[in-house]
Amino acid sequence: MDFEKGAFYFFATILILAALRVITARNPVHAALSLVLSFFTAAALWLLLEAEFLAIALVLVYVGAVMVLFLFVVMMLDINLDRLREGYWDYLLPALVVAGVMVMEMAVILGGRYFNLSEMPKPSGADPGYSNTRELGGILYTDYVYAFEIAAVILLVAIVAAIALTLRKRKDNKYQAPSKQVSTRRADRVRLVSMPAEKRDPGEAS
Amino acid sequence: MEWLAEIIGAPAAATLWTLAKIVAIVIAVTLSVAYLTLAERKVIGYMQLRLGPNRVGPKGLLQPFADVLKLLVKEIIIPTGANKFLFISAPVLSLMPALAAWAVIPFTDGAVVSNIDAGLLYVLAITSMGVYGVIVAGWASNSKYAFLGAMRSAAQIVAYEIAMGFALVCVLMMSGSLNLSVIVDSQRTAYGLLGWNLLPLLPMFVVYFISAVAETNRAPFDVAEGESEIVAGFHVEYSGTAFAVFFLAEYANMILVSALAALMFLGGWLSPFPFLPDGFFWFAAKVAFLLFCFLWFRATFPRYRYDQIMRLGWKVFIPLTIVWLLLIGVLMRMSWWPW
Repeated sequence: MDFEKGAFYFFATILILAALRVITARNPVHAALSLVLSFFTAAALWLLLEAEFLAIALVLVYVGAVMVLFLFVVMMLDINLDRLREGYWDYLLPALVVAGVMVMEMAVILGGRYFNLSEMPKPSGADPGYSNTRELGGILYTDYVYAFEIAAVILLVAIVAAIALTLRKRKDNKYQAPSKQVSTRRADRVRLVSMPAEKRDPGEAS
Repeated sequence: MEWLAEIIGAPAAATLWTLAKIVAIVIAVTLSVAYLTLAERKVIGYMQLRLGPNRVGPKGLLQPFADVLKLLVKEIIIPTGANKFLFISAPVLSLMPALAAWAVIPFTDGAVVSNIDAGLLYVLAITSMGVYGVIVAGWASNSKYAFLGAMRSAAQIVAYEIAMGFALVCVLMMSGSLNLSVIVDSQRTAYGLLGWNLLPLLPMFVVYFISAVAETNRAPFDVAEGESEIVAGFHVEYSGTAFAVFFLAEYANMILVSALAALMFLGGWLSPFPFLPDGFFWFAAKVAFLLFCFLWFRATFPRYRYDQIMRLGWKVFIPLTIVWLLLIGVLMRMSWWPW
C-alpha cells in the first residue's frame, strides 16, 4: 500500500466516524463539532485528489465561517432533547425509504456498469507547475462569468432579504449618530465659568 | 540532505528534513513568544515610567523562563460541570492554527517549508479556525463569564475576518498570485521602499493591521478578555499549562499576523533602500516593528466599546476595502500604474 492510499483510508475512516458522531451525539454542540471535523477531513480528501483550491475553500468557508455561526446558534439555544426525540419511530420508515433510494442511486453511479465509467480515461495527474486556483479563476471569470455573477447577486439578495425579514424597528429604540458624536465641540458639553477666588469668612466653622 | 538520503533512502530523508524544518520553526516561534512577553512588559513598563521585570537573570532576560516554569508546575483545575474533553482540547485547538500557518511563510528567498501556490488562501483558511479554541473554551468551561467572552470573540473575529480578507484581495490583485514568495518578489523594484505594496495600498495596510489587532483579541479590541467587565473572558477558568497554551497561541498569532503584514505590504525580506542588500534581517526588523506597534497600542488606547467595534468593522472597514478594491481594479485596467 503506497502512502497516498494509506492517507486516503486514514482520512476516510476519520470522516465516517465523525459523520456517524454527527447523527448519534446526544449533545448538539458535540454534533456540530463533529461536523467541523468531518468537513476538515473531507477537505483533506480533496487535497489528495489534487483539488487544493476546493479543499482550502471548504475549510475557509464551511469550517471557518459557516460552522462558527452554527456553533454560535447551537450553544445559545436551549435545546430540549426529549422533544427532539418525539416521533422518532413515526419518521423512521420514510427516512429509511429515502436513505435506501440514496444508497441505490449512489451504487448505480459509483458501480459504473451502466454509465460506461470503465470506458472513461483515467484522469492523469497534473504536472507540478499546474495551479488549480489559477485555472479555476480563469474559467470562472471568462466562460462562466454570467452564471458566476448571477449567483453572487442571488446571494446578495438573500442576505438583504434575511435582514429585511428579521429587522424590527421599534419606536423607542435609542440610536447613536457617530457623525454627530465626532462633531461635538467642547463648548456643547462644558461651560467654563470664570469666578474670582473668595476668602473664607474666619468666623465660620469649617 | 544528500548524505542523509544515501543512508536511509530519499523518501525517509525528505520526511526527516521536513520534520527538522518544522521543529526549527516551532522552537523559533516559541522562543520569540517567550521574549515577546518580556518585551511587552519592558516596553509597557518604560511607557508607564516603570522599569519592568529586571530581577531574574541579567536585566530580567530570564524572566520568561521563570514564568513558564511557574505555569508548568501549577495545577490545572477543571471546573465542576465542565466538559472535560472539550475543556482540555480547546487550548490545543487555538494553538494548532497559530503554528500550522507558519508552513507557508517564507523567511527569506526560498527559505519556506512548503512553497505552495495557494499559500495566502491556506493561511486564511488555517487562521480562520483559531476561533474554535475560543468558542469551545467558553462553552466547555460551564461559566457565564467565559461564555460571554466566547460570544463576543466569535462575533468580533467573524466581522473582522471579512475586512482582512478584502484587504488581502487587493494585495493579490497587485501581485497576481497567491504564493507568498511571489507576492514579495512582485514588490521588488529599483525604487526600494517606494515599490512596496505599502504605498498604493496604504489604507488597506491600515485596515489589515487594525483588523489583525482585532483578530488576535489584543487591546484596544480585547473585549473577549475584558478583565474589567467579564474578568478574563473565555480563559477565566483555565490555569497552569492550559492557560499557558492559550497565552502561547495568542502571542504566536500576533507574530504570525505581523509576519503576514510584513510580507504583503512591507516587502518581506526586501531592503527599503536599493543600495543595501536584501536578507532575513529586514524581514525580522519589519516584524519586530509591527510587534512593537501591538505593544504600543496596548499601552496607549483604552478599550473600545463593543458596539463601536462592530460599527468600525462592518460600517467603516468593509465599505472602505470594497471602494479600494474597485479603485485598484480601475487603476490596473487603465494601466495608470507608474511602475
